[in-house]
Amino acid sequence: MSALLEVSELSVAYGAIEAVRSVSFVVEEGQIVCLIGANGAGKTTTLRTISGLLRPRAGDIRFDGESIAKAPAHLILGRGIAHSPEGRRVFARMTVEENLLLGAYTRRDESGVQQDMNRVFELFPVLGERRQQKAGLFSGGEQQMLAIGRAMMSRPRLLMLDEPSMGLSPIMTQRIFDTIRELQQGGTTILLVEQNALAALALSDRGYVVDLGQTTLEGPGHDLLADERVRAAYLGQG
Amino acid sequence: MTTLLQQIANGLVQGATIGLIALGYTMVYGIIQLINFAHGEVFMVGTFGALAVYRWVLPESVQDQWYVALPLMLLGGIVVAVVVAVLMERFAYRPLRNAPRLAPLITALGVSVALQEVVRLWFPDAEAAQSFPRVFVDAQVDLGPVQISATGLLLIVVSVVLSVLLQTYVNRSRMGRAMRATSQDRDTARLMGVNPDRVIVLTFVLGAALAGVAGVLYGAHLNSVDTNDGFQTGIFAFTAAVLGGIGSLRGAVIGAFIIGLIKTLGGQYLPGGTQYDYVWIFVVLILVLVFRPQGLFGEAERVRA
Ligand SMILES: Nc1ncnc2c1ncn2[C@@H]1O[C@H](COP(=O)(O)OP(=O)(O)OP(=O)(O)O)[C@@H](O)[C@H]1O
Ligand SMILES: [Mg+2]
Repeated sequence: MSALLEVSELSVAYGAIEAVRSVSFVVEEGQIVCLIGANGAGKTTTLRTISGLLRPRAGDIRFDGESIAKAPAHLILGRGIAHSPEGRRVFARMTVEENLLLGAYTRRDESGVQQDMNRVFELFPVLGERRQQKAGLFSGGEQQMLAIGRAMMSRPRLLMLDEPSMGLSPIMTQRIFDTIRELQQGGTTILLVEQNALAALALSDRGYVVDLGQTTLEGPGHDLLADERVRAAYLGQG
Repeated sequence: MTTLLQQIANGLVQGATIGLIALGYTMVYGIIQLINFAHGEVFMVGTFGALAVYRWVLPESVQDQWYVALPLMLLGGIVVAVVVAVLMERFAYRPLRNAPRLAPLITALGVSVALQEVVRLWFPDAEAAQSFPRVFVDAQVDLGPVQISATGLLLIVVSVVLSVLLQTYVNRSRMGRAMRATSQDRDTARLMGVNPDRVIVLTFVLGAALAGVAGVLYGAHLNSVDTNDGFQTGIFAFTAAVLGGIGSLRGAVIGAFIIGLIKTLGGQYLPGGTQYDYVWIFVVLILVLVFRPQGLFGEAERVRA
């Protein structure tokens, strides 16, 4: 196995506010890796920087051996990184189908796109049944499915999911986590950001704790689950 | 009765012109939330571009053969309008992309004045109104009791056809999808691989091409053009876009026909005559903004989120 994504000593600021000070982690090909941490720790900022929406102040981001720290956002997807953003951000005034087609915007193989759209509909039948409806009419959970489906449409090598379980019922959350597992088994590498630390760590090959803009603890998902400090801080058990 | 029908016909011609320009206002607003006050000037430079082609490019032998002259003049008008709009976006607006909204708005007013003056001073004799060749079939078409110039009729047909084509493009094509995505959520569109700069340039290009077509046909319709036509017609087009619901393509066209009709019917029947057309149009605008601020088609079918 080799490092697909390597983030080293990343630092990102919004004006004078330094949201990420020193974040370092590695995602190996084929793994599920999760970043956990309190509100405001800098997880979303880290993902948005990997996607090119924010510029690092210092540090490096290497994907498949090459630095992508300076690549413009619209070229990141073409490199093989898809990002399902925090808060879903589906295109509310467009149909399910149009949202999925936008996920495949950089692709030109129409039959492949159609095939992948059908795969999304198999995974999330509710989307297939209502494919001509505007995304804004869907529930939070359904929009989350659409956001994940949209990110899958580019056939990414690395899929980044920012809080896919936010606002979802436990049943829906389980569905989403099962889907993440299936995607991994299908060969997609996954970088997951979650508030739901328990479920995320149980699913992950490796986890990182982000605290005040720094990665502080790391280890295999199950080890972190057992770690006293993690249990105290993020799993509500002391 | 004949007068009424005649004024309706005139209003439709005006509306067709205003509509082609209003589409550019509404599209640019939909994508970058800028009221591009210099867009009326894009229409004006289109007219003068076509005039230049007529005077200095077309050999005299083809000047009165409309099927040669008109396409070449349209091409000239469109090219000049598009080049001006692309330069405007690149050098005046793009550097201000992240500035407070007032900055590009004031810049747009500056660009507008600058373009008017450049054409007035540098286009030979443009300090006074210029005669514009009729070009298209120089005939009045009888539609029952109403007479309309062949050019006016062409203008209406072209305007309606181009608006429908534009809407189809925006709603059905891959680039149209990218445009709508950019207007709804630019960052997320970038995550999809959409390059917003390309989308924004495309938006300016489409708007300018439509304004260029309008400029050429309107010049041919009126036979006379002036460097401040763009500013005046631009104000009507801007009003039409707001009336229709800024961001909405369909709204811009329908708003434009309403404005055209108010202009001609108001000029005919309301006190004050044509002197007061601005007054009536702004009264309507104010009423709309008070009672339906999102415009007639706001929200329902907008380009923006
Ligand atoms: N656009 C912004 N401008 C200024 N500060 C911001 C901006 N976005 C985030 N921040 C700040 O940066 C820090 C990190 O935020 P970020 O959203 O990355 O955290 P997070 O770990 O994703 O939190 P959450 O779990 O709540 O989603 C926070 O202190 C936040 O207030
Ligand atoms: Mg977050």
